[in-house]
Amino acid sequence: MHTRGSIWNWRGWGPLRALAIAALTLIPLIVVLASFFDPQLEAWEHLATYVLPGVLWNTFVLVVGVGLGVLFLGVSLAWLTAVCDFPGRKFFSWSLMLPLAMPAYVLAFVQVGLLDFTGPVQSFLRAWLGSSSWFPPIRSTGGVVLVLTLAFYPYVYLLARNAFITQGLRAVEAAQMLGYTRFQAFWKVALPMARPWIAGGVTLALMETLADFGSVSIFSFDTFTTAIYKAWFSLFNLSAASQLASLLVMVVLVLAVIDQRLRHNRRYAVKSFTPVRISLQRGAKWSATIFCALILAIAFAVPMIQLLVWVVDVWREDFDARYPVFLLHSIWLAGMAAVVVTVLGLLLSAIRQHHKDATTQLIVRLATLGYAIPGTVLAVGVFIPVAWLDNQLITLAGWLHWDVQQILKGSLFVMLAALSARFLAVAFQPIDAAMQRITRNQGNAARSLGLSPKKVLMHLQLPMVRGGLLTAALIVFVDVMKEMPITLMTRPFGWDTLAVRVFEMTSEGMWDRAALPSLAIVLAGLLPVILLIKKSESGFH
Amino acid sequence: MDALILDSVVLGYGGKSVVSELSFSLAPGEIGCLLGGSGCGKTTVLRAIAGFEPLQAGRIALNGHWVADASWQLAPERRQIGMVFQDYALFPHMTVADNVGFGLREWTGVDKSRRIEEMLSLVGLDDAGKRYPHQLSGGQQQRVALARALAPGPTVLLMDEPFSNLDVELRERLSIDVHHILKKTGTTGLLVTHNQQEAFAMADRVGVMVDGQLQQWSSPYALYHEPATRQIATFVGDGVFLPAQVSGQNCVSFELGELCRIQPLDVPDNTAVDVLIRPDDIQHDDSSPIKAKVLERVFRGAAFLYTLELPSGDRVLSLVPSHHNHAVGEMIGIQLEIDHLVAFPKL
Repeated sequence: MHTRGSIWNWRGWGPLRALAIAALTLIPLIVVLASFFDPQLEAWEHLATYVLPGVLWNTFVLVVGVGLGVLFLGVSLAWLTAVCDFPGRKFFSWSLMLPLAMPAYVLAFVQVGLLDFTGPVQSFLRAWLGSSSWFPPIRSTGGVVLVLTLAFYPYVYLLARNAFITQGLRAVEAAQMLGYTRFQAFWKVALPMARPWIAGGVTLALMETLADFGSVSIFSFDTFTTAIYKAWFSLFNLSAASQLASLLVMVVLVLAVIDQRLRHNRRYAVKSFTPVRISLQRGAKWSATIFCALILAIAFAVPMIQLLVWVVDVWREDFDARYPVFLLHSIWLAGMAAVVVTVLGLLLSAIRQHHKDATTQLIVRLATLGYAIPGTVLAVGVFIPVAWLDNQLITLAGWLHWDVQQILKGSLFVMLAALSARFLAVAFQPIDAAMQRITRNQGNAARSLGLSPKKVLMHLQLPMVRGGLLTAALIVFVDVMKEMPITLMTRPFGWDTLAVRVFEMTSEGMWDRAALPSLAIVLAGLLPVILLIKKSESGFH
Repeated sequence: MDALILDSVVLGYGGKSVVSELSFSLAPGEIGCLLGGSGCGKTTVLRAIAGFEPLQAGRIALNGHWVADASWQLAPERRQIGMVFQDYALFPHMTVADNVGFGLREWTGVDKSRRIEEMLSLVGLDDAGKRYPHQLSGGQQQRVALARALAPGPTVLLMDEPFSNLDVELRERLSIDVHHILKKTGTTGLLVTHNQQEAFAMADRVGVMVDGQLQQWSSPYALYHEPATRQIATFVGDGVFLPAQVSGQNCVSFELGELCRIQPLDVPDNTAVDVLIRPDDIQHDDSSPIKAKVLERVFRGAAFLYTLELPSGDRVLSLVPSHHNHAVGEMIGIQLEIDHLVAFPKL
C-alpha cells in the first residue's frame, strides 16, 4: 500500500526518473562542455593557428547566407500560398514541403553533379553557346549557401504559413479598415505579427545548418562539423575534436535558448479567420506561379529526376550483393532506434505528466535538448565516456584474467545511445502532444464508470496516444536512416549503412554511384512528409 | 443626406447568391442592426460595406458617394469605415496605445497621443495604454477594438457580432455602453448579431434577415409589436398563435374575446387567421371570468413565465409578476391586455 509519507511518495522521484533518461543527452553534453573549461594548450594552439580562422569565417558566412536565404524563400512562399490566390496555389501549398524529404547532402551532390563544369547543364550550354565559362561555379560559398537554403527553407515556410493562415488575412483586413493598403498592411502588421513563427523557422534552419556535415563535406567547405570529423579520423586527436565540439555546442545552445523563448511567444490564439484570399491580378498571378514552380523544380523535382537518371544508368552494377546489406543495416538501425526512442519518449512524457514540479519539468526540457546538438558533437560526447568506461571494465577483466580489447567501444550500443540522444526530442513532441490531449476529467470519467487504473491505461490512454507513438516511431525511423555523422563516427568497423555508402561514394566524387542508396533514403523520407502534409491540410481547411 | 445607403444589393459566391435585393439606409448618427441566425448572410453584408466582398448587383453609398456597384468598388482602406471584428483582430505585438493609434496615420506628436488618450478614456480604459492585448480581459479587448475603430473618426462604424465572445452579463453592460459611446460621438453604426437583446439595446433601426432577405427594417419596438411577417413574429420574442376569425374590417374574434385595430386587416370577413399573443399580452387577474390551467412554469426572478391551457386546449404564455405563485395544475384567472393586433392568414 502506498501511504502518505512512504518512500513511493517521495518528491524526489520525479526529477530522478527524468534524470535517468536525460542522462543520455546530458552526459555527452557535459563531457563536451567540460573540455571547453579544461583546455589542452597544444590542441588549442594548433586549432587557433590552422583551423579556427577558416572555420569561424565559413560558419559565419554560412549562418548569415542561409539565414537570409531561408527567410526570403520561406516567408515569400508562405505568404503566396497562405493568403493569395493564383494558378496552382493548392498544388504548391503542399508540394513546397517536399524538399523536407531530401537530406541536404543528397541535394548537395545532385546539384554539384548537375551544375559542375562536367555536368549536363554546363555541357548543354557549351554545346549551344560555345562557352560556359560565365556560369557561376557551383563549388563555391554561394553554392553551399544556395543548396542549404533550398534544403532548409521548408522549416520557415511551414511555420510562417501557419501564422499567416491563422492570423494574416484578418490582420490585413483590420489594417485596411484603418486606412492602410494591403501592401502597407503586410509590412506593418502581418509580418511583425508572424515574427515569432518566422524567427522560430529560421532558428531551426540555422540549427540544421550548423549540424550539417554531409553537404559541407561534399563542397569541401570547412565548418565545425567537418573539422571535428577530421580531428577525429585524420589526426586521431580526440582532445582537438572535443575542443571544437565544445565551441560549436556553445553557439548551438544559444540558438536552442532563442528557440525555446520563441515557442513561448507563439501564443497569439486567434479563433476564426475568413477564407477569402487575395486574388492576384494578371501579371502578379503568373509571376507567383512561375516563382513557386521554379523553387519546387530546383529544390526537389529536377534533383529527383537526376537521381532517377543516375539510378537507371548504374543500378545493374550497384545493386550487387552489398547493397541489400546496406539496406538491411539501415533498416535494422533505424528500427531499433525507433523502438528505443519511442519508448524513452513515452516514459519521459509520462514522467512529465505525473510529476508537475518545476525541477522535473526543467530536466525534461534538458533531456530534449539533443535535437539542437549536432551529430558530430554527440558522437564525440558519447565516445569519450564510453572509452573511459571501457578502460575501467578492461582493467576489471584483467584482474579476472580475461583478455579483452574493447567491450562497449565500437559496438552498436554506442551508436544507438548517440542516436537516441539526438532524436529523443523528435519522438517526445508528438507523444507529449497526444498525452496532453487526454484531460484529467477523461481519466476520472473512466474511473467513475468503474474502470481500474490499469484498464484506463489500456482502454483509454494507450489508444489515445497510439497516433502520437506511431508518428514518433516513423519520424525517428526516417531521421536515423538519413543521419550521417553519428553513424559514420560511431559505427562498428565495416558496418555500413545507406547513408555511409552515400558518404563514401560522394567523397570520391562518384555522384552516380551514390544515387541508388540516396533514392532509398529519399523515398523513406517522403513518408513523414506525407504525414505532415496531411496534418497541415486537415488543420487548415 | 444619408450616411449609408444600400440599394438593391445582391451578394454571393460564384453563381450562388447569398444576399438578394437588399436595401436600407441609415441617417447620420443612427445605429442600425441586422439581426438573424447563422448563415443568413448578415456578415457578408457587413463585409461588402467594408469593401471585402464584391457586389453582384446593386450599389452602396457612403456619405453621399457611391463606393461600390457590380462593376467597380473603392478599396477598403479608402472608405473611411471603422470595423470592430468578432475576434477583435487586435495586433498582439503592439501595445494598446499603439493599437488605438494605428489608424491615426496623418496625426503626429502631441495631437496623436492626445487623441489616443481621449479614445481610451472614452471606452473607460484610461490606464491601459502601455499594456498588451493579451494582458487584458475579453471585455477590455473589446473596448480597445472599439477605441481603435473610432479613433480615425470613421463615417460609419461596422460591428460584426461584437459581443459574442463575452459572457451574458458583460454583453448586456457593454452593449449599453457602446450605444452611449456611439451616441456621444455622433457615429453612425451598423451592427450584425443573432442576439435580440443586443439588437434592442443598441439599435435605432433593426432589420431581420432570413435566408439572405431583409424582412423588415424598423424600430425595435415595432419589430416586436408589429412584426411584418409570420417569420419575424416567431423569430423575435416569445409568443404563440391562436386561431381566430376576421369579423368586420378591423377586428378578429377568438377564444379570449374580440380585438380591433385602426388599420384595416386587408382580408375578407370570416377568413380564418392566426393572432399573435405575446406573454405580456396575457395578464393574471383573479377576478377574471376566463380561467386557464397552469401547465408549466419557469421562474425568472422578477416574474414567472407560465404556460397556460385554455378551455379549448390551446396554449398561451403569460408573464406574471413573481409574487403570484401558482402551482402546476391550478386554474388561474387571466385577462387579455393587448395594444397591437397582429394577425396572419392561416398557413
